[in-house]
Amino acid sequence: MDFASLLTDVLREATGPTAIAYALAAIGLNIHFGLTGLINMGQAGFMLLGAYGFAISTIAGLPLVVAFLIAIGCAVVFALILGLPTLKLRGDYLAIVTIAAAEIIRFIGRSVGLNDLTGGSQGLLGNQFKYSFEGASPFADGLVAIGPISLQMNASNSWWLRIVGWGLVALACLIVFLLLRSPWGRVLKGIREDEDAVRALGKNVYTFKLQSLVLGGVFGAVGGIVISLASSVQPDSLGRPVTFNTWTILLLGGAATVFGPVLGSILFWAALVLVRGLMRGLIPPDVLSSTEIEPLGFVLVGITLVLLIVFRPQGILGDKKELAING
Amino acid sequence: MAEPIVTDAVNPDVVAARDALRGVAHTPGVAKPTPLLVADGVRRTFGGVNAVDVEHLEVQSNVITALIGPNGAGKTTFFNLMTGFDRPDAGSWTFDGKSLAGVPASRVSKSGMVRTFQLTKALSRMTVLENMRLGARDQVGEGMGAALLRPLWRKQEKEVTEKARDLLARFKLDTKESDFAGSLSGGQRKLLEMARALMSDPTLVMLDEPMAGVNPALTQSLLGHITALRDSGTSVLFVEHDMHMVRHISDWVVVMAEGKVVAEGPPKEVMDDQAVIDAYLGSHHDTDLGDDSLLEEESVISAEAMAELEAEEEAK
Ligand SMILES: Nc1ncnc2c1ncn2[C@@H]1O[C@H](COP(=O)(O)OP(=O)(O)O)[C@@H](O)[C@H]1O
Ligand SMILES: [Mg+2]
Repeated sequence: MDFASLLTDVLREATGPTAIAYALAAIGLNIHFGLTGLINMGQAGFMLLGAYGFAISTIAGLPLVVAFLIAIGCAVVFALILGLPTLKLRGDYLAIVTIAAAEIIRFIGRSVGLNDLTGGSQGLLGNQFKYSFEGASPFADGLVAIGPISLQMNASNSWWLRIVGWGLVALACLIVFLLLRSPWGRVLKGIREDEDAVRALGKNVYTFKLQSLVLGGVFGAVGGIVISLASSVQPDSLGRPVTFNTWTILLLGGAATVFGPVLGSILFWAALVLVRGLMRGLIPPDVLSSTEIEPLGFVLVGITLVLLIVFRPQGILGDKKELAING
Repeated sequence: MAEPIVTDAVNPDVVAARDALRGVAHTPGVAKPTPLLVADGVRRTFGGVNAVDVEHLEVQSNVITALIGPNGAGKTTFFNLMTGFDRPDAGSWTFDGKSLAGVPASRVSKSGMVRTFQLTKALSRMTVLENMRLGARDQVGEGMGAALLRPLWRKQEKEVTEKARDLLARFKLDTKESDFAGSLSGGQRKLLEMARALMSDPTLVMLDEPMAGVNPALTQSLLGHITALRDSGTSVLFVEHDMHMVRHISDWVVVMAEGKVVAEGPPKEVMDDQAVIDAYLGSHHDTDLGDDSLLEEESVISAEAMAELEAEEEAK
């Protein structure tokens, strides 16, 4: 077994667009859940909408920045549609509505009727909409090796995408950091703890919850753009499992922390590649074929996470003291 | 600084309000000289039972009004209705001359009527100081955009923090400011909730059983806080089962039973009223309607209890 190349794979995945996209989505979910206590079970829907919004407007000929803003606008509208009717009701309604709405987006996206716009279940190929992003790169094309990782500078899963992606993650973390220590963040935390108490103090809870849902959804949409720029827009690859993985990442890293979602995403994808690689290397193919190893990887990562949550329920960066207090 | 203030009021508004109350008849629903809260025909039913059915009630400004009555009389429900946490089946009410029917809870609070809850709502996974800061009004940094730009709200945050520390000191919670609110004792949480409500300088503060669960050692100083509050111009309406407290600090007492206002008047008379005693005895026989001689005894005990409490705290 070639450990050096396995470790290279791990490193490549842990720093790649998937980890970036999930980190962004988990940062958004952290605003929903970690800060405000909102249960959003449809973060994948925000990602998919962001991806569609960006890809479709680029294909329509709009410039990069406009396409980016349209993707964000889609997430804002989606959040308002979901939030306006549900955020006045008990918390569970948002969970139910978001999971359903994310599925509806996916089904609409893959429907035959919209083939011309969304590419149906085939989705939109990367080549149709990547050019504006790749064209914006200041770097020369070509294969570039940094350390053990060698990637295209600008095409698809590229250094350029990683630079921009991690830049976006850093920006998102900065925003969360600034918000966490602000009076606005304080109101959100108050809502998480007991929204009636916050109402009694004269705050319009509904407005704050809407703002939280919109902001977190926007980060999800940005994650969706990153993941689509690495490959393509594929409705079925942004379904429910993506939402569940995002939740796992958030809880793994630690909710209500600034860097928890980022660390969670890096570790999650590193662990997955490592576990799969080890199984492939150590288990003979006649015992377990590589197609069987794929899902088994998720199973093992899942078990590890269960153990982690049992022994460190606050997540890696979470504050044990804070979690020990029962609301 | 945290000296319990003796009830002899110095605030001229309070003196005037009390004088005016002397001329008010002791009949349920009677009009007050300068009412702050006026409720009319407020009814709330739960499954056919009238939890609240108040024909008319006026709460006088600048005094302490106690709302008493047996368990299930509808006191908490009445609070919920007045403050927008519940909707009545019928009725209207005004606060400070403005109608509040149908107004959401946050706007009621903004208009100056701030309540606490019978089941304390401390925001557990926030520090005591953060709990307090949340109570302050009109914070620039509570806007999502402004939140990102600290210079816009740094100065206000400092003022809010100073005010919070002041109040915490008054309520003897200053040493706890960086503890999570969830780690406080039940009584301390009650104090915190009350202090937090005061961050907004309310016109009327409505306290739902502020003494329940509070260590007896702290009740004396809590009484002092409430009277001090009145003397500084805040009107108080509180629900309480502790009749010593009701006798000791209230200027006016309203009695509810089965949703209705059945009696009102000055504390001494109301508590000697046969109808009131019956209302209580009807539900639980062991209620002690309060005797001032016991209160004196209690204050001796409380000094000892305080010492004990402090020893306990240190042992932690
Ligand atoms: N949410 C509710 N659903 C059904 N019944 C309720 C509800 N809230 C209060 N009640 C009933 O209304 C009556 C008044 O309750 P409450 O206002 O809590 O009384 P108090 O505060 O005076 O003890 C009680 O009979 C209680 O059981
Ligand atoms: Mg009650």
